[in-house]
Amino acid sequence: MKVHVDDKVYEFNKAMAVSRLLQELSLSKEAHLVLVNNRLVTEDHRLSVNDEVKVIRVISGG
Amino acid sequence: MKCRVCGDKASINLRAYNTALCEKDFIGFLEKRVASIIEDYKLLSVNDRPIVAISGGKDSLSLWYMLNKIGYACDGVYIDLDIEGYSRTSLEKVKYMADRVKKKVYVFSLNKFIQKGIDGLARTMRRPPCSACGMIKRYVMNRVCIEKGYTVLATGHNLDDEASALLGNILFWKESYLWKKSISLPGDKDHLVKKVKPLFLCSEREMAAYAVLNGIDYIYEECPFSGDAKTITYKRMLNTIEEESPGMKIQFIKGYLKKVKDVEKTNHYCIRCGYPASGDLCGVCRIFKKLGIEKNIIFEEYSPIPLDSERREVT
Repeated sequence: MKVHVDDKVYEFNKAMAVSRLLQELSLSKEAHLVLVNNRLVTEDHRLSVNDEVKVIRVISGG
Repeated sequence: MKCRVCGDKASINLRAYNTALCEKDFIGFLEKRVASIIEDYKLLSVNDRPIVAISGGKDSLSLWYMLNKIGYACDGVYIDLDIEGYSRTSLEKVKYMADRVKKKVYVFSLNKFIQKGIDGLARTMRRPPCSACGMIKRYVMNRVCIEKGYTVLATGHNLDDEASALLGNILFWKESYLWKKSISLPGDKDHLVKKVKPLFLCSEREMAAYAVLNGIDYIYEECPFSGDAKTITYKRMLNTIEEESPGMKIQFIKGYLKKVKDVEKTNHYCIRCGYPASGDLCGVCRIFKKLGIEKNIIFEEYSPIPLDSERREVT
């Protein structure tokens, strides 16, 4: 699956839960939302290898 | 995970409320929450004429959209700080939303007014850009309300903004700021407009989800001047604790609200513009005087066509 995080793209070749993906990317689940094929999903959602995943950072500063 | 309301597949897990909701029920939940916050804390009344301070980010655009949707018709104000590669994009998003909610937006262009952007102004003031930005925004947003007859200025500060600012004030024991934060700051006749923060108890994650689910096109990139902002560090720290103790941020802010004291009113005003001031001139008028600027602030207006000022709902 392709995982877009800001301007970076990561490739994962195994199915996993969204919570596991966030762990692998060292991203806080409080500070990120995950869209799978353009739909917002919860952390227990099971990702498949063909999914298009976008991680949205929710924290802004300033 | 299933939606607690309808049983369909959930889109978002709200650990602070020990619940999960689908897209439709989450949108309804957040709108009802903001409506009850407005009512419980008496932020807006039927006689008010509110305006929203809009930056082009997810919080202010969502607030503008939501207030118009839940029955509080309001225009917007945007300040163009002339930040390269940032301000123009932000303004485009703001105009797009103005068209969507069919409301007017006032635009103040710093560069057109003082022939400098925020970085140039910050150098003149010998202050960091964020400090100059805060000062000019507070001033201009107050001015638009006083000049155009708006009775309340609503800002998009969310739970994470407030919790991180409070943490920063406690860590450094900034007593002069510590007790000045509030969900609602009273106005002062023709000098200062009432300010409210309807998203005070809504997390940044909830607001980002609301923006995404409503197709709100916001500026995702950070302001180039916020790169080393301590705010982001505090937010990360608070979110680490929130993961271990869901609901902690809400408790932190609700506890603060119980302890907050009334802000002392000043009876000293700028002789040039009437804004509260410690000396004869307020901070902004001192800067304008230094720059040789005598004219009054000018706002451009962006009005979508057709404009329906009485419209109560958006689609």
